[in-house]
Amino acid sequence: MPTPLLAELSDRLIYSAIAVYALAMLTYAYQAARRSQSPAQRSRLVEAVAVGGPSASPAPPPNPAAVSRPAPAARRPERIAAALTTLAFVLHLAGVLARGLAASRAPWGNMYEFTTAATLAATAAYLVFLRRQPVRDLGVWILALVTLSLGLAVTVLYTPAGDLVPALNSYWLVIHVAAAIIAGGVFTVGAAATALYLLRRRADARDAGVAVAGYAGRLPAARTLEDIAHTAHLFAFPVWTFAVLAGAIWAEDSWGRYWGWDPKETWAFITWVLYAAYLHAQSTAGWRGTKAGWLALAGYAAFLFNFVGVNLFINGLHSYAGV
Amino acid sequence: MAVPRRPTGGGATAWARWAWRTLTSMRTAVLLLLALALAAVPGSLLPQRGVAFDPGAVTRFNRDNPTLGPWLDRLGFFEVYSSPWFAAIYLLLMVSMTGCVLPRAARLWESARAEPPRAPTNLARLDDHRRATVTVERAQVLQAAAVHLRARRFRVVVDEHSVRAEKGYLREVGNLVFHLSLLVLLFGVAIGSLFGFEGRVIVVEGASFTNTRLQYDEFTPGPLTDAEALTPFSLTLDDFTAEFETSGPQRGSARDFQADVTVLRTPGGASEAVTVKVNHPLRVEGTKVFLTGNGYAPVVSVRDGRGQTVFTGPVVFAPVDGNLSSEGVIKIPDAQPTQLGFEGFFLPTASIDPQVGPRSLYPDLLDPQLLLTAYTGDLGLADGAPQSVFRLDKSDLTQVMTGDEPFARALAPGESMTLPDGQGTLTFESVSRFANFQIAQDPGKETALAAAVALLLGLTVSLAVRRRRIWIRVTDTPTGGAFTLEAATYALTRRGPVPDELSSVLAALPGTEPAGTDPSPHDRED
Ligand code: HEM
Repeated sequence: MPTPLLAELSDRLIYSAIAVYALAMLTYAYQAARRSQSPAQRSRLVEAVAVGGPSASPAPPPNPAAVSRPAPAARRPERIAAALTTLAFVLHLAGVLARGLAASRAPWGNMYEFTTAATLAATAAYLVFLRRQPVRDLGVWILALVTLSLGLAVTVLYTPAGDLVPALNSYWLVIHVAAAIIAGGVFTVGAAATALYLLRRRADARDAGVAVAGYAGRLPAARTLEDIAHTAHLFAFPVWTFAVLAGAIWAEDSWGRYWGWDPKETWAFITWVLYAAYLHAQSTAGWRGTKAGWLALAGYAAFLFNFVGVNLFINGLHSYAGV
Repeated sequence: MAVPRRPTGGGATAWARWAWRTLTSMRTAVLLLLALALAAVPGSLLPQRGVAFDPGAVTRFNRDNPTLGPWLDRLGFFEVYSSPWFAAIYLLLMVSMTGCVLPRAARLWESARAEPPRAPTNLARLDDHRRATVTVERAQVLQAAAVHLRARRFRVVVDEHSVRAEKGYLREVGNLVFHLSLLVLLFGVAIGSLFGFEGRVIVVEGASFTNTRLQYDEFTPGPLTDAEALTPFSLTLDDFTAEFETSGPQRGSARDFQADVTVLRTPGGASEAVTVKVNHPLRVEGTKVFLTGNGYAPVVSVRDGRGQTVFTGPVVFAPVDGNLSSEGVIKIPDAQPTQLGFEGFFLPTASIDPQVGPRSLYPDLLDPQLLLTAYTGDLGLADGAPQSVFRLDKSDLTQVMTGDEPFARALAPGESMTLPDGQGTLTFESVSRFANFQIAQDPGKETALAAAVALLLGLTVSLAVRRRRIWIRVTDTPTGGAFTLEAATYALTRRGPVPDELSSVLAALPGTEPAGTDPSPHDRED
């Protein structure tokens, strides 16, 4: 296929992905709103469905752990949302691939491409987690972030497909940026889980002992959310470490020094140190839990700032990426 | 390790012990890491002296902020990463880490040689706990468990009633390797900044550079660098080619730069033709030559008021934008009866728009023009004070005028201009390109790289491996013709035990029937 056609196709695919992401997000939001109704309202709903539906579901078991588990019919929006997310992901992936083919290189050479690839990684991380961990409550937040970022990408950051400036023409770019993107995707899952964990902890502390109502009360147990966040960070941290080291090797090859405290390098370092602080805090009495959670969110904020703030507001060697 | 809030007991030793234990506690590690992250922030927001891309930034900042600037300077905010307070944080962190990690390593060494500890009395309180009924010989069951666990590389001890097993010592080893390689990394960085150097030089096509300190335009040695013993190579820039995007929205973006150079690796040695490109440096022993930039050097010749040719050659003009609009000056100290100075622009693809002034529309040589104004008088070079090659010191110079207007001309290659009153003639002969080379030597680089690899390996191992213990115990007295077996696992890491590991042990035991599991402390959904 000729290049301009591929580039055009890539743009269309990204637009379609945005639309489907938005639908998936709305479906998750609808589900969250339904789950935030009081337990009494909900059990009436479940009974109504159980009686009226063709396949009467068994009465909910008395096990308290099961109370937060919605009945099958109530989970339908969730399944739809997951299917929509997967569909959007496939469109998004095809869009990123088409872009790479159109430019005959790794599709992350400027801010527009980096955003589309990083959001793809965030969705991928979410879908992987969804298969083995109870993370569907993160869905609405992660998809909101993905949809918003993609929206900004196609409007503000858009750059037509093209070749790279010579400084970016290196296989270390492919490795370094790929690692950064993967780490970023998984950090996003970690940050979303941490934020919900903090919400849930607040709700638990406020309504100590009482069955908690409202959105926070319907979230998975604090301990579950904390474990999800911890798993995500444990995976993403070494990948991020690798990204920083690969960046240093690349910098050595192109600028003659592996570390020069360029703003981009500095913020990569700050991100790394904050996440290291988070991991330590997780093994430190008095810091475990809430305080550690704030450290993880600070790390994510530094990661985002490195991408958005440093590219747009601070001048440095890395600022050639082209907005 | 819990640290008391205050020293217990009196005296200096008690205080010292308390201070050391506080410094090496995990809480301090978290606080120091947080401090390190915060301390790194101002350096990315304020201009920094050591950071190469904009050397004039600190001066400009101080000019714009005359009261704040000097204070920030005094506190080291323009050299954050070499300031005493930044160093204090990371040195404390290193000390704290060593003091924390080494004793842990010693404990690991002991526990790896000791037997796995005895089972706690109440196994039901552990992370994962199972019961089963056993209908065969106790010894047979325990033996089967031991075989199963040994095959999975647990350290196993079997005694009369129980099997105890432990695995995952590698995690602590990884943790140790990771933390200690931070020390090695810092050591490598220190070697590099003490003994290495970084320099920059501009070489015009046809010109040569010899690696001695005096030939550098800018040379930054470390405190212990032997600047007299640089690798004695030299190079000549034969040709510089640049390619730019010729069409489309990114027209003018750089696509390829290539410097063809001839290198003499040793004085008097064989010459060798090599290509230096962005991301493809030239290596001569420990020294690397990087291509970091390029621009134009118009070739001019100048005749003075006596009609003698006093200068012929390329003059480097500094690029100021992406289309290589360049600014520069030409100084002719040998001109008689008065010295001559020229100032102006070189535009590879000229556009002289009265609104925005002269600028280049495209970085390649489509319509090159040299725009100059002229000065006569004293260039101020005689007093020996260093002067920028991109600026005229106009204190003793007078601008050449025609009538009320400053004398100014735009020249295409081959054209000349003659100053009024026969003060001299300048001919714009042709255009050469120049290359910026960054030349660096970092003797600590290999150490740093090795440390980085160890760091990554250690980190990955320490995060991937779970250290855990498994105990299996069979009761003495049979109840209803069967013995009761209890199995439990205990994770020594934050991540919890490996899922299903215990189940697979139980499944491997002969004559054993599960007798219900306890719900684990935090039941998962799904
Ligand atoms: C120089 C900065 C440091 C960095 C970047 C760093 C980084 C890390 C990382 C990434 C981990 C893995 C966390 C985990 O296993 O969950 C870790 C673990 C650990 N660090 Fe550090 N560390 C540093 C300094 C220190 C200091 C100063 C101490 C002691 C005061 C320390 C003691 C420990 C200990 C004991 C562990 C194991 C924690 C556990 O058992 O979960 N580290 N460190």
